[in-house]
Amino acid sequence: MTPVKLYPPKPEKVYFFGTCLVDLFYPEAGLDGIRLLEREGIEVLFPEDQTCCGQPAYTSGYQQEARAVAAAQLGLFPEPWPIVVPSGSCGGMMRTHYPQLFADTDLEEQANEVAGRVHELTEFLVHVCHLKLEDRGAPEKVAMHTSCSARREMGLAETGPALLAQLGKVELVEQARAAECCGFGGTFAVRHPEVSAAMVEDKTTAIAEAGAQRFVTSDCGCMMNIGGRFEQQKKPVKGEHIASYLWRRTS
Amino acid sequence: MSAVQTPGVQTYSPREFHRQAHDALGNPQIRANFRKAMDGLMTKRRDSFGDWELETLRELGANIRLRALAKLPDLLEQLEANCEANGIRVHWAEDGDQACRIIREICDAHGARSVIKGKSMVSEEMHLNAHLEEAGIEALESDLGEYLVQLNEQTPSHIIMPAIHLNTDEISEIMHDKTGTERTRDVDYMTAAARAQLRERFMAADVGVSGVNFAVAETGTLCLVENEGNGRMTTTVPPVHVAVTGIEKVVEHLRDVPPLYALLTRSATGQHVTTYFNMISSPRKEGEHDGPKEVHLVLVDSGRSRIYQDDELLDTLRCIRCGACMNHCPVYTRVGGHTYGTTYPGPIGSILSPHLMGLEDTKDLPTASSLCGACGEVCPVKIPIPDLLVRLRRESVGEGRGNVPGAGVKRTRKEAAAWKGFQWLATHPSAWRAGTSVAGKLKALMPAKLGAWTDYRTAPKPAGTTLHALVKRHQANKTHEEER
Repeated sequence: MTPVKLYPPKPEKVYFFGTCLVDLFYPEAGLDGIRLLEREGIEVLFPEDQTCCGQPAYTSGYQQEARAVAAAQLGLFPEPWPIVVPSGSCGGMMRTHYPQLFADTDLEEQANEVAGRVHELTEFLVHVCHLKLEDRGAPEKVAMHTSCSARREMGLAETGPALLAQLGKVELVEQARAAECCGFGGTFAVRHPEVSAAMVEDKTTAIAEAGAQRFVTSDCGCMMNIGGRFEQQKKPVKGEHIASYLWRRTS
Repeated sequence: MSAVQTPGVQTYSPREFHRQAHDALGNPQIRANFRKAMDGLMTKRRDSFGDWELETLRELGANIRLRALAKLPDLLEQLEANCEANGIRVHWAEDGDQACRIIREICDAHGARSVIKGKSMVSEEMHLNAHLEEAGIEALESDLGEYLVQLNEQTPSHIIMPAIHLNTDEISEIMHDKTGTERTRDVDYMTAAARAQLRERFMAADVGVSGVNFAVAETGTLCLVENEGNGRMTTTVPPVHVAVTGIEKVVEHLRDVPPLYALLTRSATGQHVTTYFNMISSPRKEGEHDGPKEVHLVLVDSGRSRIYQDDELLDTLRCIRCGACMNHCPVYTRVGGHTYGTTYPGPIGSILSPHLMGLEDTKDLPTASSLCGACGEVCPVKIPIPDLLVRLRRESVGEGRGNVPGAGVKRTRKEAAAWKGFQWLATHPSAWRAGTSVAGKLKALMPAKLGAWTDYRTAPKPAGTTLHALVKRHQANKTHEEER
């Protein structure tokens, strides 16, 4: 369980760590996250040398490689500003696993310090920005898929739904077994493709049966998985990163 | 020890995880049986804890287990001394084969031909039934689920509910075929029939073999948690009782038991208490009218002391065998217990079996998890199961501490080179930023079967413009606006 976290007051600036999936596949989601923060009067610093948090290597067992990649990120946040990450998975890696990864190394102190400043985007918008939203979109039924990392590793089951609840014309529907994994799990989806497929099949069925026209998520891995399954089945349910969804409906 | 193999019994092997998973996923009956059972168990667990301070209780449970493990060698000696003082004879077994031999020798000493068994996963782990049968001794399971599984020539598919893969109709068919009962959906009829069949066997058995849930060091007491009364019958009716357990089941104090028991029953089946809670402290004393004349305790190591020596892997030994991790596992729920091909299936099995069987045979198990964390979230003694799965993945590819048999078995030059390539790219930001061409290179990083993704999903499409590029443009626009 994540210990109780004390949130800082709304800062003047934040660092934005975009994550590699956003960088390569969903850059608009990253930019929309930045826009939401800027609209709150926060200056967003985007360290140009950021690449990947190292999680793919970490969960595959390639600890040395993961540590090298993570070490390359540690120096990108020299000022004491919060670090905002539009992903529970990468955020969880940085907040929970960086301290483990660098325990008993020269970088231990720096890793702990950086980890302590990491916030997932919806967490930051709710608990630090106290974001207020005015919905300008059309009525729509939406399901929220909170990633397992956001839900369990970061303890953030509530922040995504709390933001969506502010959108007056959005009806948030809950799919059966909402807390169950969608079957992505990084390399799990390619190492155990049939099991993963059975999981994502159940997830898409549950979302469709809940009557959702769209699902939103704060993790691009889940979006790629669930959205890719819907698309392959040629079903009309579309996925969208919560940052894009919030920005689109309120700008 | 290789795959689970008992002669004449339907066999599964962890080496065949993929094929077995494929078969299970394609079997609608298996899928439905597990989904329904696991949904029910998850609900029962949640309801049973109600407004208890679950986190406080889990913390307490974890600390009790950690304290016991910290003192394990001393507690085992204390347990031995106190058991012996109570008249319980204690035996030590380095591995399953030795434990089997010890139990067979006890049987032989009494000329035993028939053994009745209470539920014991350790006895499954060491293939006791097959060993006794080879020696001409019949071993009959008396836990209803175990009884059905044995009738059906299978192994358990769950550590608490061994026959959870079977539904009412299948059970009716098995009982009809093997014992001649009527085909029926009347559960009470079937239970009564099994009870009558077993009752005779209890009376005729020469030796009773049971497991142990908690072995209390300070009092030399063996605690046995059960619902059917078969545990009490097994440990009181035959003239000889042999309890067999792993060395990690010891707890320090009697007062350590109630919190662990409260966690165990709620986590396992959502019960506040079980129907029976047996505390076995000695054989029949002079002047007593019942109880076994001899009680033995067999303490089995089987790789556990090796786990014990690694301060991270040690957490594996906290387990109190409630099965909540499998009940909540989205992988177990879909593929069922037999797919794992190990005595202990599901998440706990995936972190325990590599130590018992080696990574060579079990290398597909630590990866058979999306690391969703549901197991760790419900574990009553807070075993960090996802972290241990990652640790075993490290061991598999040769980046661990080498403390697991078969460490490094999964390392291939190709995959290791791909991750080195990933490392190089991700630590050379200007190369990383080489835009969409980077996306092409990254595909080489994915493990061999990337093609499998697109059997069920559309392929992810690189956006063409990276976030790096978008941010640059965005910042340029802002500067431009400010200048105007």
